[in-house]
Formats: sequence, C-alpha cells, structure tokens
Amino acid sequence: MNWGSASEFFAMGGYGLYVWGSFGVTAAALLIETLLARKRVADTRRALRRELAADRNDQD
Amino acid sequence: MSQRFINWFKFASPASFYPLAGKAWPWFAALATAFCAAGLWISFFVAPTDFQQGEGYRIIFIHVPASWMSMFIYCVMAFWAAIGITFNTRLSGMMSSALAPTGALFAFISLWTGALWGKPMWGAWWVWDARLTSELILFFLYIGYIALTAAIDDPRRADKAGAIVALVGVVNVPIIYFSVKWWNTLHQGASVSLTKAPTMATTMLWGMLLMALAFWMYSIAIALYRVRAIILERERHTTWVAELPEMQR
Amino acid sequence: MKPRHKRFAIIVGGLAALGIAAALVLNAFQSNLVFFFTPTQVAGGEAPKGRAFRVGGLVKEGSLQRTDITARFVVTDTAKEIPVTYKGILPDLFSEGKGVVAQGSLGPDGQFTATEVLAKHDENYMPPEAKAAVDKAHEASRTLKQ
Repeated sequence: MNWGSASEFFAMGGYGLYVWGSFGVTAAALLIETLLARKRVADTRRALRRELAADRNDQD
Repeated sequence: MSQRFINWFKFASPASFYPLAGKAWPWFAALATAFCAAGLWISFFVAPTDFQQGEGYRIIFIHVPASWMSMFIYCVMAFWAAIGITFNTRLSGMMSSALAPTGALFAFISLWTGALWGKPMWGAWWVWDARLTSELILFFLYIGYIALTAAIDDPRRADKAGAIVALVGVVNVPIIYFSVKWWNTLHQGASVSLTKAPTMATTMLWGMLLMALAFWMYSIAIALYRVRAIILERERHTTWVAELPEMQR
Repeated sequence: MKPRHKRFAIIVGGLAALGIAAALVLNAFQSNLVFFFTPTQVAGGEAPKGRAFRVGGLVKEGSLQRTDITARFVVTDTAKEIPVTYKGILPDLFSEGKGVVAQGSLGPDGQFTATEVLAKHDENYMPPEAKAAVDKAHEASRTLKQ
C-alpha cells in the first residue's frame, strides 16, 4: 500500500492537480461519450417509430 | 469452404449485424468495467512510486493506453475503408463512422494528459516536437473525417470521401510511433515495444496493460452501440427495420 | 444554387480547410522536426545562426551553480560541451546527469543564454529501491572490471 492516509492519496506527492486532472477529465469524457451515444440511439428509435406510425396511419 | 464464405457476408449485412451488435455490446461493456476496476486498483494501490517522477508518473496509466488506442482505432478505420472500397460493402462505412468519435476522444485524452504530465516534468504544457505534433495531426484527421462525412448528405458518397481521408491519413500512424526514434524529440522513447524488454517495473506494466485492455473493450462496446444507431438511420426505409420488435408499439 | 452545386461547394470547402490545416501543421513540423541540436552539432556549425534554437544533452555532473534565480550549468553530449546561463524556475526533473533541452541563443563568447529550460527524462520507470539496486549492480560490475 502506497498511502498512509486519504489526504496523502489525494495529494499524490504534490502532483494531485495533474494526476486527478488527467484521470478526472478522462472519466468525464468517457461518461459524456456514453451518454451521447445513448441519446443518439434513443432519438433515432423515437423518430423512426413516429415515422413508421405515420406510414401505417396513411395506409389505413 | 463456400459455406464459410457465405457466412462471412451474412454478418456483413446491416440486417444481421444489427441484432448481433445488440447482443455483443453489453459483454464488452462488462469486460471494460472489470478491466478498468482492476487497472485502477493496480495503478493507485499496487504500483510503486517512481524513482524520478514520484507519484506524478501515474498519469502514464491512462496516457499511454489512450495514445495506443487513438493510433489503433485509426488503423481499424483505414482497414474498414479499404474493405469498403474493395468490396463495396455498406457496413464498413458505418463501422468507420461509428469508430471515429471514439478515436478522436482518445487522441484528445492523449494530448490532454500529455500536457498535464509535461508541465510538471518537462516544464512545458506543449512543445512542437515531432511526437506531439504528429499526434495533434492525428486528432485533426479524426476531426476532418467527422466533418467531411457529416457535410455530405448521401451516406454512400460520404463513406467514399471518408475512406479516402482514412487511407491517406493512416501514413501518419507509423510517423507518430517512430517519431521518437527518427528525430530528436523532447518526448522519451517507448517503454514497451515488441523489440526489447519493457523498461518498467512489472506491477507498473500490469497496471498499464490492464488499462489498455479496458480501453479496448470500451471502444468495442461503444462502437457496436453507436453503429446500431447509424444502421437504423441509414436503413430506415427497409422492411427489416419496420419489422424490428422495438419499432412496434 | 442547386443542391448538387451546394454540396459540391461544401466538399470543396471542407477539403480546402483540411488542406490548409495540414499545410500549416506540416510547416510547423518542418521547422521543428529537429527539436534540438546536440553540442557536437552546434560545434560543427549545424545550428542556425542569428536566431534562437534549442540545445539538448545531459547536464554535466558537478557543473550546476545557482545564484539567486540565475542557474549556470554545462550541457554535454560526452563529446562536446556548451555552458548555459538561465534566469527562471527549473523544472522538477532538472538535475545533474539528467537530460535537458534549453532554448536560447549562442553568444560570440560561446556562452548560451537560455530563455526556456525543459527537462528530458528517459523511458525507465521503477521504484526507488529497484533504482538503488540497479546503481549498486552497475557499481559492482565497474569495480570488477578494474
């Protein structure tokens, strides 16, 4: 184990800003990409469903 | 023999790839989560302090895997581009455009973490050396691919234009990789390569490889997930899309 | 404007933008492909004259002198040496025997005045105990040879 305490862990030997800036932005970026991809799939499905429903109504 | 040949092309059709991707992506997402948890644990709690960079070197656990991924995804895009141009398959263009945003993201992460690493260790956020500049060009190539394919309305022609960018730009990948050998750069050489033993302590190496595996699995999962939206967008007027269970009310 | 012409204009515009970006970056690439010159190259007259350039090598052991904020040290590639003066904060990894890249200009007296000093580190990562063991092993093999 490298760390004596939680504050030591967050300080990263004085490099806290750089280390957490790297890991934090990476985590945020991957999370945002995942949410955007989910939104894209959901939006596409919703639009298609509406389109198909309109087509069916036209045929009736 | 011919049987196997037919099977390959069966999966290359969007109608059969759509459900396959839907079944596969959760597995890759689960693997990504598991590898990420193990990799982070080793990165912070098992890997020791470095003799010259102290705790600051821990940025390597995302910087190097993200850089590898940004180069590898571009190669995969170039592969799909070549397949698309040769066999005129519809799925290859869709795979390329599903991969591009993730590749751009990893190129960005590579540059971002590199800046945060360079400032305390080298004394500069950014320098115009060959390694950093060629990675920046890779990022621009991804952006160029995304912008170009988005600007063309006809998807088939967008794929063709994108394929040219992917195939021309792929020459940049070996330039990035070998830049530290070919020219005087501020960036150090490779710690892990095929030709020599790694110059890292074993636990550090394990942390880095696990994080690289996590990024691989993440990229596969997100690309499979995104390609399903692209398939639906492009195949919207086909009967198989109209017959999908999720399209019924 | 017909849609076909508009699309064509967009494609041409996009490709032009991509081309200009590539040209600009390649231009920057061209002048920085050689990020630094070694002291041997400088002694051989390969470094540009009359404008700033970078010199890179190792900080010679025992050459570092600090007075206030001015640092004086010698950059060596084990064949040739260049004395450097620099006013400012040195990076964390700057130390004797380690890699350094200094940007500045060479005076007529052979003195290099740096405006920026960057540390260049190597690709080795190991815990301090392992480093101590490696150094000890090197020391032992050296004494054995003598």
